Amino acid sequence: MHWRQIKDRLSAKSMILAVAFANSLVLLVGLGLLIKSIPILEKKSLFHLLLSSNWHPLRGEFGFYPFIVGTLEVTAIAMILAVPVCLLSAIYLSEYAHHRLREIARITVDIMAAIPSVIYGLWGVIVVVPFVCLLGKWLNTPTTGYSLLAGGIILAIMASPIIISVSLEVLRTVPIQAREAALALGTTRWEAIKHVVLRNAFHGILSAVILGFARAFGETIAVLMIVGNVPKVPTSVFDPAYPLPALLANNYGEMMSIPLYNSALLLSALILLLVVSAFNMTAHLTLMRVEKR
Amino acid sequence: MWCRGPRLSTYQCSFKPRKAATTSEKRGGVANAIVGSLCLAFGASLLSFLLGLPIAFALQKEYISRRLAQITRLSLDILWGTPSIVYGAFGFIIMVYLGLRASLLGGIIALTLLMLPIMVRSIDEVIRMTPPELKEASYAMGATRIETTFKVVLRQALPGMITGVLLAFGRGIGDAASILFTTGYTDYIPRSLFDPVASLPLAVFFQVATPIPEVQQRAYASALILLIIVLLISVVSRLLSHRYSRHIIR
Amino acid sequence: MPHISLSNLMVAYGNQKVLQNITVDIPNNQITAIIGPSGCGKTTLLKTLNRLVDLYDEIRVEGEVRIDGADIYDPKADLLNLRKKVGFLSQKPYPLPMSIHDNITFGPRIHRMNRKELLDQIQELEKHIPIDSLCPNGRQEETRHSKTHEMAYLVEYYLRLAGLWEEVRERLHAPAAQLSIGQQQRLALARALAVEPEVILADEPTSALDPISAQLIEKQFKTLKNHYTIVVVTHILRQARRIADYVIFLYLGELVEHGPAEQFFSSPRDERTRAYISGEIS
Repeated sequence: MHWRQIKDRLSAKSMILAVAFANSLVLLVGLGLLIKSIPILEKKSLFHLLLSSNWHPLRGEFGFYPFIVGTLEVTAIAMILAVPVCLLSAIYLSEYAHHRLREIARITVDIMAAIPSVIYGLWGVIVVVPFVCLLGKWLNTPTTGYSLLAGGIILAIMASPIIISVSLEVLRTVPIQAREAALALGTTRWEAIKHVVLRNAFHGILSAVILGFARAFGETIAVLMIVGNVPKVPTSVFDPAYPLPALLANNYGEMMSIPLYNSALLLSALILLLVVSAFNMTAHLTLMRVEKR
Repeated sequence: MWCRGPRLSTYQCSFKPRKAATTSEKRGGVANAIVGSLCLAFGASLLSFLLGLPIAFALQKEYISRRLAQITRLSLDILWGTPSIVYGAFGFIIMVYLGLRASLLGGIIALTLLMLPIMVRSIDEVIRMTPPELKEASYAMGATRIETTFKVVLRQALPGMITGVLLAFGRGIGDAASILFTTGYTDYIPRSLFDPVASLPLAVFFQVATPIPEVQQRAYASALILLIIVLLISVVSRLLSHRYSRHIIR
Repeated sequence: MPHISLSNLMVAYGNQKVLQNITVDIPNNQITAIIGPSGCGKTTLLKTLNRLVDLYDEIRVEGEVRIDGADIYDPKADLLNLRKKVGFLSQKPYPLPMSIHDNITFGPRIHRMNRKELLDQIQELEKHIPIDSLCPNGRQEETRHSKTHEMAYLVEYYLRLAGLWEEVRERLHAPAAQLSIGQQQRLALARALAVEPEVILADEPTSALDPISAQLIEKQFKTLKNHYTIVVVTHILRQARRIADYVIFLYLGELVEHGPAEQFFSSPRDERTRAYISGEIS
């Protein structure tokens, strides 16, 4: 065999190795975290850990409930704020806007997505927190401003780029003939969008929202800087909360001395990984199907 | 943010070498963080490019079946979406396993985990845009797969690849959560891979939390520098991909 | 002996048979046109001749394709040599993402031809088609490059052979993407010729071109057929009449009729051929 062909065979083999490496990475991360969180899972049942509100690491009590509720609530607020605005902007950009405006919006969204989360966090500290504080005063609910609501607002802003860009892409994949077919039947522009475009793009848009959710769910630094970090189940949006990623970021560095604490925190990382991966997987599988069509 | 942004004094002391800044001292700059961040991001970009390029090439249909390619893309997408704090935690586990302290190398490992999927997926998207007929033209002349990949596909995908690499670089340089436990923080510029290293995102994060106004202002300065770097990367990637696209076949 | 002979060829994508029962010899040093309605497997037939079909998923090839007596689908066959021996011109030209010069030298470089091989290749070819005959008015001084710079000479020779030299001589190092589409197709021809094939396969080579560029390509084919075996897929009947010496007519994946062009067009034997030629089916 010619040595050109030998080189080709060898390189093809090493390509397969590279693919194997890429695929094993997900498993490796998950497995590493799982092994490290086994000590705590042996002591307490997962069910108990997730539903207990007692967080006293020094006494060996690790109840994740307040953190899970905190994460869910802050993400929910972010979604409530972000989804309507983002979807309407995506529809506007896709269906009504001049193509030049669409290009400008694309670049803006790209830049928004590129801004590091510490900068969003800093902006939150300077702008959002005082704003929420004022709002609280106005509504007669005293608050420091470091609260669920502030975290939700920042997460809403941080999740928007991905929601807007993915749903814009999805809307643009709906063929122009589909719109023409509806308009030719005498529908108004909005009716055509509602009955044809949105129906066609429904799964893709849902994936965009799920991706935004996953992004907000796992966001760490910005939330950590403004959400208050008090391990208690919050009772109002002006209360501070303590989401899982913030818990991990705040305590992971110095927990090596207490093995069980270490294990508990890595369990929270595992939970984070599993939840976010599950959502991302659903969204990407859907998007792959949309792409194929 | 701008109204409370950096003061002139912060600029003047921004570039004091060596003993640069602390989170407690009133005087000092952020040179340590700038250098540290650049070291981290360049190191991790290089590492993830070297690891990622073969993966991106391998996703072509000449090398693996379409089904396996889809699965790989899915797992890379999942990795892309994984919160960076998870990479921080996982990177820390690896560091403990390897017996490393918080160091430049630890940070590079954690950042590589974060940047690899971004780089591979964006390079992969560009490679997928290569017209199949272009590859056919190369095969029809008797080129092997690897020759076609390196002499034709690579050149065709180059401008897009630059964008992908810079995208990952931008993500890496701004990320705080993945390097929170893995790099440590220091007032000094690192001398080796095993020294702890300061970084801009962590400088912002730590400095804004202090009660001393002078230090807080350094946080704004760090944030501004970080923002400028990230925006610059975005502009440069647009310009470069335009500059190198003259050979591209559409 | 013919270069290419097919016997009982069957090609299928998955379960769908695209070609079946193809048995035909393709004559040497002539232009063979493969004609037929669109979707009848013309391009697939062409791409089985240099095994470009290998690139498609779930492709199945049965039967025999012999080139110079060797079955090219033999697992031990040398694929790279086959493709060197059989040049290919696609429907739309795809210049490689590099300069005009590098497009021509791509083939010789990947096949790692040394100085002597290059010179031998050109000398051999010049016996049949001397470079003077490619210069306008046959003037020798028009050739700028001496034979001591073999690569430069090779580039000039093949660009002249493809009829492109005069248009690009001043910008050999410009990106090939800047050429017009007609020039790109001639560049693709020069690029394919530069690995010194014996057969040239062309898949509707003029369908993306303007009439003038198309005419230029046809003219080059007529010049080249003395030295190469040319197989052209075309859906333009008039083009087949203009350039073909031998015609193969495919209909729904079957070989309906084949024969010398004159006989094929003047007295077709099969009813379907007659209908196709007269324009009743297309």
